[in-house]
Amino acid sequence: MNSIKKFFGIIWMLLGVATYGILVKTALTQISIKPTTDTIVQWSIFVIIFLPITIGFLIFGWLAFKGAYDHLPSSSDEIV
Amino acid sequence: MQSISEKKLIRKVIFASSVGTLIEWYDFYIFGSLAPIIASQFFPKTNPTAALLSTLATFAAGFIVRPFGALVFGRLGDKVGRKYTFLLTLVLMGGSTFAIGLIPGYEKIGFLAPMLVLLLRLIQGLALGGEYGGAATYVAEHAPTNRRGYFTSWIQTTATLGLLLSLGIILITRKSLATDPSDSIRVFEDWGWRIPFWFSVVLVGMSIYIRLKMHESPMFTKLKAEGKTSVNPIKESLMHKANLKMVLLALFGATMGQGVVWYTGQFYAQTFMENTIKIDFEQTRTILICAIVVATPLFIFFGNLSDKIGRKWIIMVGLLSAVVLYRPIYHQMINVASVTDSKVDNSKTHIDRVLKPNSGNGYSLQNTSTFTVYENGITEKKIHVDTLYSSGVEMPQLVDKVSKELPTDRYWMMVALIFLQILFVTMSYGPIAAFLVELFPTKIRYTSMSLPYHLGNGVFGGLTPFIAVLLGTMYTGDLLVGLWYPIIIAGFCLLIGSLYLSNKTDNNVND
Repeated sequence: MNSIKKFFGIIWMLLGVATYGILVKTALTQISIKPTTDTIVQWSIFVIIFLPITIGFLIFGWLAFKGAYDHLPSSSDEIV
Repeated sequence: MQSISEKKLIRKVIFASSVGTLIEWYDFYIFGSLAPIIASQFFPKTNPTAALLSTLATFAAGFIVRPFGALVFGRLGDKVGRKYTFLLTLVLMGGSTFAIGLIPGYEKIGFLAPMLVLLLRLIQGLALGGEYGGAATYVAEHAPTNRRGYFTSWIQTTATLGLLLSLGIILITRKSLATDPSDSIRVFEDWGWRIPFWFSVVLVGMSIYIRLKMHESPMFTKLKAEGKTSVNPIKESLMHKANLKMVLLALFGATMGQGVVWYTGQFYAQTFMENTIKIDFEQTRTILICAIVVATPLFIFFGNLSDKIGRKWIIMVGLLSAVVLYRPIYHQMINVASVTDSKVDNSKTHIDRVLKPNSGNGYSLQNTSTFTVYENGITEKKIHVDTLYSSGVEMPQLVDKVSKELPTDRYWMMVALIFLQILFVTMSYGPIAAFLVELFPTKIRYTSMSLPYHLGNGVFGGLTPFIAVLLGTMYTGDLLVGLWYPIIIAGFCLLIGSLYLSNKTDNNVND
């Protein structure tokens, strides 16, 4: 099970990069099709708001790959 | 065993926390429910789509700032205390809601109007970001170990009940402003929409009074007395690897999927009924109200069940059901409201014309309503408004609205289809407060649980109706294209949650 968790860690990292790339590409396409303020504003919001989330997803993938989720804490002493 | 005084105390705690949270949700949702009217009042009317998008963007802004509210107020809650923090969020939310109801329209004060609306909406989002984590933490820290899921599930009902209250108040106000129903709707769209915003101040006042009488959470009081509160909760939540990994797991393995399921079942469903399959405004609301009323006790049921069998698999089954059944359910919704295979019943079809008299402007308005009744019982209503000049010249139609009224059997089929979606919500959302509380230690619990909750619900969930509508405008051939967003997000969340989450219930939240 732990090796599956680690393997999927790589998938999450690749997926994070690919999804964000698709989002940026779609944003640029949509803005070029209809370069109005509304289009620019709404797609910019998506691109900005999903950047930190994508970074979080990459960190999640990396932690999974490194085996950080092989054991989940059973007490708060393990967290702080 | 709990003593009678302990039982009384926990009931008081649940009541005080739930009422306040319910009101915050009410405040937050009246804005979304009145989006088209707010668009016409505060944004330039030259392009209705642009106006609606502007409002939806404002709506989204309300959601996007929620994670920032989680950080700001979470920090405060972990340093100063739960009680005073969620009192502050309540005051901010109530004040900004009331103020939105007072802002003059775009026609009176120009660009200042949408700017003020946007500012107040952002304050609402910040306040909501701080409220939920405080209420859930406060209740969980009072609850006995083996009943945490049950007690916190009362908090979980508040988001849905807040939506229910907002729909109810809007419907009642819309119907009671004049004796003639169409006059009442006109008055509502003119200024009556402000009443639900003003009503908030009464609710918030009551809630502040109740909450002021409550004491601080016993766990936080103990922690503070021992001088063990966190110095920098945000740093400890996000910079310590051991805690950060749990924050990320909570987001990608639970709240992200739960957020899209919540907003699909209760918001996108409403948008889909009204705009895509053109069900009448009032029927759309009453269908949603009926489904919510029947489904709400299930939040308590699944919260209670999670105390017995664990939280994880209840949440995962809720997500799985959504992933597998959303498209069949929405396909069936289209069928229920369809008239394509049904013949017109000419004996019942009729046309009504109402002339609104000349008001001194040299013209009158003529409302023509065409009621086409189909053999399957659906009545299709088309309204158009003509301008008739006193000179006898008839101008082309100004407004053309189409809506369908479902017969009783189809109405209840639609209620059942919405109920199914809310059932998935209750499964994925009912146990989540207890689940989040148990993941994090007391000293940084408020901050740590609020952030993944509001990223999942605010960003992933809150953007669901917006992204779904956007997909619909990009790929016009498929009416159900908007559903791919919640299906894909819930699908990945299901996979991550199933792989990485533990089904163990943490018996000790005192640490």
